[in-house]
Amino acid sequence: MPHSLSTPDVTTPGGLLLVLAVLVPFVGVLAGMVLGGRGARRVALATLAAGLAIAIAIADTLVRSGAAVVYLLGGWTPPLGVALRADGLAVIMLLAVAVVIGGIGVYARADFGTPPGVREARAPFVFWTLLLAVWGSLNLVFVSGDLFTLYVALELLTFAGVPLVSLGGQPETLRSALRYLLYALFGSVLYLLGAVLLYGAYGTLDIGLLAARVHPEPVTWAAAALMTVGLLAKTALFPLHLWLPPAHAGAPAAASAVLSGLVIKGSWFLAVRLWLDVFVGVVTLPSAQTLAALGAAAILVGNIVALRQARLKLLIAYSTVAQIGYLFLMFPLAAGLAAAQLDDAAAVNGGLLQAISHATAKAAMFMAAGLVYTTLGHDRIADLRGVARALPMTLVAFALGGASLIGLPPSGGFLAKWLLVSAAITTAQWWWALVMLVGGLLTSAYVFIVVVRALAPAPEGWTPKASVPCYQQVAVLALALCSFLLGLAVLCPVDVAGIGRAVVPGIGSP
Amino acid sequence: MNTPTLFGLCAVALVGVGLYGLIVNPQPLRKILAFNLIGSGVFLLFGAIARRGAAVGMGGDPVPQALLITGIVVAFSATALAVALVLRLFDEAGSVTLAPDAPAEPPDA
Repeated sequence: MPHSLSTPDVTTPGGLLLVLAVLVPFVGVLAGMVLGGRGARRVALATLAAGLAIAIAIADTLVRSGAAVVYLLGGWTPPLGVALRADGLAVIMLLAVAVVIGGIGVYARADFGTPPGVREARAPFVFWTLLLAVWGSLNLVFVSGDLFTLYVALELLTFAGVPLVSLGGQPETLRSALRYLLYALFGSVLYLLGAVLLYGAYGTLDIGLLAARVHPEPVTWAAAALMTVGLLAKTALFPLHLWLPPAHAGAPAAASAVLSGLVIKGSWFLAVRLWLDVFVGVVTLPSAQTLAALGAAAILVGNIVALRQARLKLLIAYSTVAQIGYLFLMFPLAAGLAAAQLDDAAAVNGGLLQAISHATAKAAMFMAAGLVYTTLGHDRIADLRGVARALPMTLVAFALGGASLIGLPPSGGFLAKWLLVSAAITTAQWWWALVMLVGGLLTSAYVFIVVVRALAPAPEGWTPKASVPCYQQVAVLALALCSFLLGLAVLCPVDVAGIGRAVVPGIGSP
Repeated sequence: MNTPTLFGLCAVALVGVGLYGLIVNPQPLRKILAFNLIGSGVFLLFGAIARRGAAVGMGGDPVPQALLITGIVVAFSATALAVALVLRLFDEAGSVTLAPDAPAEPPDA
């Protein structure tokens, strides 16, 4: 039987760190609510530092012990109790999110700061508390080992993400937020329906126990289909992506970075968890091919529509639609490798790297677009002259982020696409490699258009509308560098993502 | 037909009607109501499953009932958030429509 996620009956050393990873951001939310305005910002920044330390400590525990970190809440073992569990996949996502949120926090100090003598406003207060709420919910998605807890975590993520969209308060952003919320609710109710069916059939919601109990039958197929479609609506995979571009492009730059870089990764991670660890023996190769076909359509449509955008932020948002497509190419590749009795690590690591490099690159690009908007007073791509003179560091960051999206070495995007392409060739699914190459070409077209326009000299007598603080530019550049140098992860001696995941038997095998 | 099956079929009907409404209706408020219909269907199904899974001498499986209450609270908060957004949209725009009239004009950066 596939049994990749057996939960040990004890809390492992360092298990308490998982509780802290979830609890600390939410304590920060509550403290921010009590202290208000300036206090919320201070609390948020302190929590960002503490959370990063916790994430590093969890990673350290995981690598040292070489096994998944587990915490049993109240000492009750599943199915009676609820377990928190962090394997290699979860820990890498925890770390990546902590780094990206840290970068966004530093950047947002300027946009959502409240200098002394200025009246406290509502938007900064809401931003800082919701930033922590997004973070806590994401951490809960990564470490939770129970389908219902995951449902609550996904809903929390939605409730924290939707107000970030409408932070500006204009009718158009409110409309985007409402559209996003309706898509997300549609997704979560389908997910819940699937979870209920699974409970009815197998009497447990624990991921590890379910993985051991599920077998191919109509109720499991129905549950898997409902949950997958629900998660796709939340992840904005083509053709359920319609809510994403207006929502991500209309939000303030720092909020766009959170939404585009991080929030959509929560539901994607859960889809990976379900397909790779729970429904191993249930999903078939054709169904995985269908997912990847949607991903391929997303890559082509997203990139082509991005090329036609007149505004920088919408271009970046459509590029997110395309990059989400890459995230779903890993499913048939992992299934193919497993079916051939090979280690599926290449496909899984490729997908994971793609998620992380996109999170860092896209956050950097959205924040770079925000700086461009502040400097020029607009973000029309045709009119970007002078950006290179005014914001050299930001333009470099944008180009590095773009290079990672294209997949130039040594970026994280390069390594991710290399792993995926080699998995595609190993499993004789060359058409996915073709899609990735065409996608890379289209991506390079719009990145080069923006960079070339921005390199044009400014007209005579042009002055920036506003100057931006240096540390904002440094934060953007640091995130872009993270993404660009992520390809060096190939030098990492341990296969961190594989820790805690046993080699999974092939799809369709008993 | 025993009682849990009857309730299960009612749940299926609710989910179906709700899904139809959520997809077909253009007005946000009706979409929110449709979401609540689907939610009620799911909760009813969960209740039926609890009844079916009852052990000897017990009226029902307690785990789904505990989860149900959490689910209802979550659905309630979702509805409250959605209605608050609709009200705010009405205050700002004077009408409530989801028509994507001007997605090309992001008002802020």
